[in-house]
Amino acid sequence: MDFFRNFPFISIVFSLFSAVVCSLLPGKAARIWTIAAEAILALLSAGTLLYTVILGESVTYRMGHFGAPWGNEIRFGMLEALTALVFALVLLLSVTGGARYVIRDVPPKKINLYYLLINLLGAALLALVYTNDIFTGYVFLEILTLTSGGILMIREIGRTTLAATRYMILNLLGSGLFLLGIILFYDVTGHLLMPDMHEALLELGKSGEYALPLSVTTGLVCGGLAIKSGLFPFHTWMPDTYGFATPTSSAILSGLVSKGYIFLLIKIMTRVIGLDNPILTVARNILFLFGLLGIVAGSVLAIRQNSVMRMISYSSAAQIGYIYMGIGLGGTAGFAAAIFHLLTHAVTKPLLFLSAASLMEVSGDSPVFHDLQGAAHRNRGAGFLFTVGAMSMIGIPIFAGFTSKLLFSLAAIGHLPFKTFSVLVILAVSTILNTLYFIRTMIRIYTSPEGKKEDRTPFGPQLSCVLSGSVMAAMNVILGLQSQPVLALIERGLALFS
Amino acid sequence: MRNLVYNYEEAVAVVLFGIGFVTLLFHRNLIKKIIGMNIMDTGVFLFLASMGYVKGGSAPIYAENADFYVNPVPAGLVLTGIVVSVSVTAIMLSLAVRLHQRYGTLNLDEIYRIAREKINER
Repeated sequence: MDFFRNFPFISIVFSLFSAVVCSLLPGKAARIWTIAAEAILALLSAGTLLYTVILGESVTYRMGHFGAPWGNEIRFGMLEALTALVFALVLLLSVTGGARYVIRDVPPKKINLYYLLINLLGAALLALVYTNDIFTGYVFLEILTLTSGGILMIREIGRTTLAATRYMILNLLGSGLFLLGIILFYDVTGHLLMPDMHEALLELGKSGEYALPLSVTTGLVCGGLAIKSGLFPFHTWMPDTYGFATPTSSAILSGLVSKGYIFLLIKIMTRVIGLDNPILTVARNILFLFGLLGIVAGSVLAIRQNSVMRMISYSSAAQIGYIYMGIGLGGTAGFAAAIFHLLTHAVTKPLLFLSAASLMEVSGDSPVFHDLQGAAHRNRGAGFLFTVGAMSMIGIPIFAGFTSKLLFSLAAIGHLPFKTFSVLVILAVSTILNTLYFIRTMIRIYTSPEGKKEDRTPFGPQLSCVLSGSVMAAMNVILGLQSQPVLALIERGLALFS
Repeated sequence: MRNLVYNYEEAVAVVLFGIGFVTLLFHRNLIKKIIGMNIMDTGVFLFLASMGYVKGGSAPIYAENADFYVNPVPAGLVLTGIVVSVSVTAIMLSLAVRLHQRYGTLNLDEIYRIAREKINER
């Protein structure tokens, strides 16, 4: 059993190794290798989760021969293992479900390079989840940025290149702010390992020195990561990016990449700064405010769209707003709700993107609502899966989206009256807005134009897309119905996290 | 104010960071945006390097007659940062080349205008 403590390290290194292997294989073999590798990652993460649950405490794993405060470390508890498990599963399902579109959109000679990037992206995500060293966090954050830009720009049409440019520019601004922030933290504390930084910050907090510079530094780190994860008003890159990328990339970018940044932010807030540290207050309130604004703005913009892909993209912007609202509420309940929603969104958004891509495929590759009429009859499997994802996003009971909205409202109660009130109002308003645009889409895809006989097919042209979508829908229902055990796991993990 | 003069290296580094950040955010020319990004990164590297420097210190390799050593960790961080910065620059330049091949200009406003006109072209 003690061998299990090596699993996080093995999963990161194995993912890097798979990337090297993919560069040597032809396209199809690279795809099979990647799918197998992601399955192995999911198994390793499940093993880690089992180990941490049995052990009941978090494990610090030394990288190399030097211990703290010089060496590099991995640290994991239940929360990290659970997040890694969900990330690995979603990565596996997105790659399996979207394989067909990769063949369609990526030049044949570059298909193995696409899978190389996917493997590197997986390694970077896992490293962000597990690392205990802030500079390692920065390096893998940049690897995540570069690989996510790569899987975007590999589709060589003009709009995708333009979308990639915009995506990279905003991401680089975010990276710059984050880098300056962690360098200032290092300057003040003299450490790079998160627990040591926390100790030094506590000392400084007692003496009251550097209160203002540290608040600004916290703001730089939070601002950088907020830009990178696409919090309102920095969501402007989302619609083009998700709309013009190949569907696998859209699923991974919206479901996983932005979540990786948010997980790092939660880790820095809890482990480095400490939740009750006064230097965090201002930054957290600003994030809360922009989260609320993002929810409303994203939903309103989603209603105005004429294309299903752009609608789902703006809905992503709103969902990122929910997560930041939970972070801004603070406290264990707020953070648990934010992490639960992070997992919910990670399993729902890829489902929506992949099923919408399948629906587009049977409608002449057009994302416009007018052409999508009756698409759910032409591909019943994808239509059903889209409905499941949409209902989860609206917040219908038995789906995970309902539980996360419930958790947000529970977390809001007991705060300052202003915060409670604004969260509850925004939740109600956004639920109505979500219903508006998702129900409209569902009605569209289920009503055929008058007098037109649809050729009804159960699965459309591709079975694997429907299969992997079904697994994601099942994960969604499991998260919704078995929310209490998952929530208990998240709360135990959060207690060990800091 | 005295602190600012005393820590002039750090002050210059932050000013450089600001210049780079604004150029990256607001300049419309893609190549100048990339230059701005490099200035921004250089600012951070200058900050790190000046932070780790100990006056009168020798290189951080064990020597018989050395009293002080320069802190090696910031230098290591700068090297890592330079590697990251180079790869990001390479990607951005390749994107600039591709955009120029397709749209014939590097001005982002122009490119958006052309792209909007060709909205149906895939």
